[in-house]
Amino acid sequence: MASGLHNSDIPNPVLRWIDQRMPVFTMMQKEYGSFPTPRNFNYFWNFGALAMVNLMIMIATGIFLAMHYTPHTSMAFDSVERIMRDVNFGWLLRYVHANGASMFFIVVYIHIWRGLYYGSYKAPRELLWMLGVVIFLLMMATAFMGYVLPWGQMSFWGATVITNLFSAFPLVGEWIVTLLWGGFSVDNATLNRFFSLHYLLPFVIVGVVFLHIVALHITGSNNPLGIEPKGPQDTLPFHPYYTAKDSFGLVIYFIVFAVLVFFMPNYLGHPDNYIPANPLVTPAHIVPEWYFLPFYAILRAVPDKLGGVLMMFGSIALLFVLPWLDSSPVRSMRFRPIARIAFLLWTVCFFVLLYCGGKPPEEPFVTVSRFATAYYFAYFLVILPLLSRLEKPLPLPESISRAVLGGGPLPAGAAAKPMEKA
Amino acid sequence: MLRTSLKALAIVGGLILAAPAAHAAGETVHIPNANFSFQGIFGTYDRASAQRGFQVYSQVCAACHSMQLLSYRNLTELGLTPAQVAAIASQVQVQDGPNDEGQMFERPGRPSDRFHSPFPNPQAARAANNGALPPDLSLMAKAREGGANYIYALLTGYADPPAGMVMGDGMNYNRYFAGNQIAMARPLNPDQVEYADHTPATVENMAHDVATFLQWAAEPELEIRRAMGVKIVIFLTFLAGIAYAVKRRVWANAH
Amino acid sequence: MADSGEATAAGETPRRDFLNLVTASFAAVGVGAIAWPFINSMQPARDVLALASTDAELGPITVGQAVTIMWRGKPIFIRHRTPKDIEEARAVPMGDLKDPATDQSRVQKEQWLVMIGICTHLGCIPLGQKPTDNKGPYDGWFCPCHGSAYDTSGRIRQGPAPRNLDIPPYAFTSDTKIRIG
Repeated sequence: MASGLHNSDIPNPVLRWIDQRMPVFTMMQKEYGSFPTPRNFNYFWNFGALAMVNLMIMIATGIFLAMHYTPHTSMAFDSVERIMRDVNFGWLLRYVHANGASMFFIVVYIHIWRGLYYGSYKAPRELLWMLGVVIFLLMMATAFMGYVLPWGQMSFWGATVITNLFSAFPLVGEWIVTLLWGGFSVDNATLNRFFSLHYLLPFVIVGVVFLHIVALHITGSNNPLGIEPKGPQDTLPFHPYYTAKDSFGLVIYFIVFAVLVFFMPNYLGHPDNYIPANPLVTPAHIVPEWYFLPFYAILRAVPDKLGGVLMMFGSIALLFVLPWLDSSPVRSMRFRPIARIAFLLWTVCFFVLLYCGGKPPEEPFVTVSRFATAYYFAYFLVILPLLSRLEKPLPLPESISRAVLGGGPLPAGAAAKPMEKA
Repeated sequence: MLRTSLKALAIVGGLILAAPAAHAAGETVHIPNANFSFQGIFGTYDRASAQRGFQVYSQVCAACHSMQLLSYRNLTELGLTPAQVAAIASQVQVQDGPNDEGQMFERPGRPSDRFHSPFPNPQAARAANNGALPPDLSLMAKAREGGANYIYALLTGYADPPAGMVMGDGMNYNRYFAGNQIAMARPLNPDQVEYADHTPATVENMAHDVATFLQWAAEPELEIRRAMGVKIVIFLTFLAGIAYAVKRRVWANAH
Repeated sequence: MADSGEATAAGETPRRDFLNLVTASFAAVGVGAIAWPFINSMQPARDVLALASTDAELGPITVGQAVTIMWRGKPIFIRHRTPKDIEEARAVPMGDLKDPATDQSRVQKEQWLVMIGICTHLGCIPLGQKPTDNKGPYDGWFCPCHGSAYDTSGRIRQGPAPRNLDIPPYAFTSDTKIRIG
């Protein structure tokens, strides 16, 4: 084992020659061909694959946009408009990239929601979950910096407001803000470094996604029942079962994406970003992109600068410790009637915060945001830890195959059949 | 499966619906629909209207408002011939240079030149306009909530201020402008331009035409985009059908 | 979309029946169609294509003098040829030329030679525009990169370049003005 060629059973001689020296095909076969996957996934389990595809779309369109974009305060806005007007299919690349960011967050929010509902963060998948939170944070940083690049009014003032968040920290705050700006205000230096980092971070995301998948393939996937597969009758090979299912989901995702890009490309954007950045005039009503609104609402719900910033970062930092806040051994909310209601209420609060985040900071939105913020935190810090102890879960099914295929024990032949392909 | 699909759909729907609803700021006046030809999935630009709108822009708006993102060559997309475009472009003097003696010089415009700006810089524009800066109109239809409908509403929304309202110096009352006080004086008056196709030059017609022109200026790719989108969505719908059939067959022995 | 092709095309027990084939082909067509906008976006943009013509004033160029102007980011050589230049260029037998072309076919007015000043070998700019330049053994232009020599009609006479210097599309707009492109 220490030396010599890998023992490959790839039939094609050319591929086998490569595989003996670098067993990537054996690995692909193992991880995506025969990989034993719980047989009871629902369509929520499509969203990981969709996020992966979305990331590739963002990188591809981004690379081609960067061929035409100019990161300079005097030319950035016009270079984006040149992409829209003069570059062949430039409008398509830009609208796919801009709406792709929204699609990415839609997909990832559903992916996270799935994890929360079915308890995918629980042992032994804690690290898998935490890597996911890291990806989420990197996505937010990337999206924020990308939104600055067109150098419209919302770009400029979004950058100003978000970088100023760091000034809330005592002692080092001002120093950090000046460091981020590279000057005394958001200016050319800021735009340049944001472009550089906006190009870099997606590749960091690719790296963390790789780790996310490595961790996934060690523990295996969770499933809607939240119980581990107990044998071959509970799983199916990834291919062709889940490749076929993911492909179908992917086409549906493309349809939603296409409707957004071709028929309502500016629906999720803000008109003010078609006004060139003006450092002397703040727009009457500034809002971040929609996917930041829940966290923006939390920021504004707190009447203290530092407190608001801490709560906002805390709302995401909480997710890192979630596996230890929820100590119930039952993963899926299907078997936790009280926690299920508490979580669905949390989901409602998330939408309420999303809605309030886009409204002006006035009544009734401020009070509503405060209640929603309070519940957002209470769910994680109070309700889940308490319910872990107090709630009596429903009886769990004996095995995945019994729950899925119903009633009696499975005939051995039927259960084994799919595995023959592996 | 159906239940979970519905759940997913609810989340997608919630995200998509909540987002722009959240954008609608405080107190806004309802902007009426001005019924443009480019509305709807299959809508296209009314070329004749957009050409008349260009005439209104050049004879009225262009006295104060630039359109720096457009070039004369773009006008061929509105149905003008290259010769007509060259003739329009040659009517303006464009600064070029420096020449071999190091001097800047003026030459007649070419189709590749950008639309001529009325003022050399924003400071000059402010100085000539009582301190107010007439905004560039290239993207106006995308840069305002309501788009072309807003432009139409604004241009037709001039009226006498309601009793008791104190107007600022040099300000004009407009029903649709934020705060109802706008520095721009009523720009369109009946028969201000003479249309070659004998369309009556009412304020409403001129406003409708110029709004169509500005929508085209902001979204010149709109027609191609939607035509492409229709084809792609039909293709994807068919692909979804057969992908679902494949999925069903693969799973037939696993349920 | 790549996935759906993979989903149906591979597999240990090949069931490449009609449905799988149709799905895979559609997915392949989709992926191909996606590639096109990306590739096409790298082609010259419309504003670049619109800037394709340049005017040049020939009046100030004296006999024997040459000027270089810019067209589409490339140097254009304009030489006001002397009678001797023209005579030399027209006296060359076609058999001596690597890329045979008469001098008459390379000019619109015999005293004005207008060429793209880029060596047809690997794109350097030949010497010969300034009076002090090395004009090479044929009294035209000489490319210092790899030693290609051009004659007074811009034809390749010696060295690795395969073709004569290219002639851009141009037209006289008056007796002393040309528009290139």
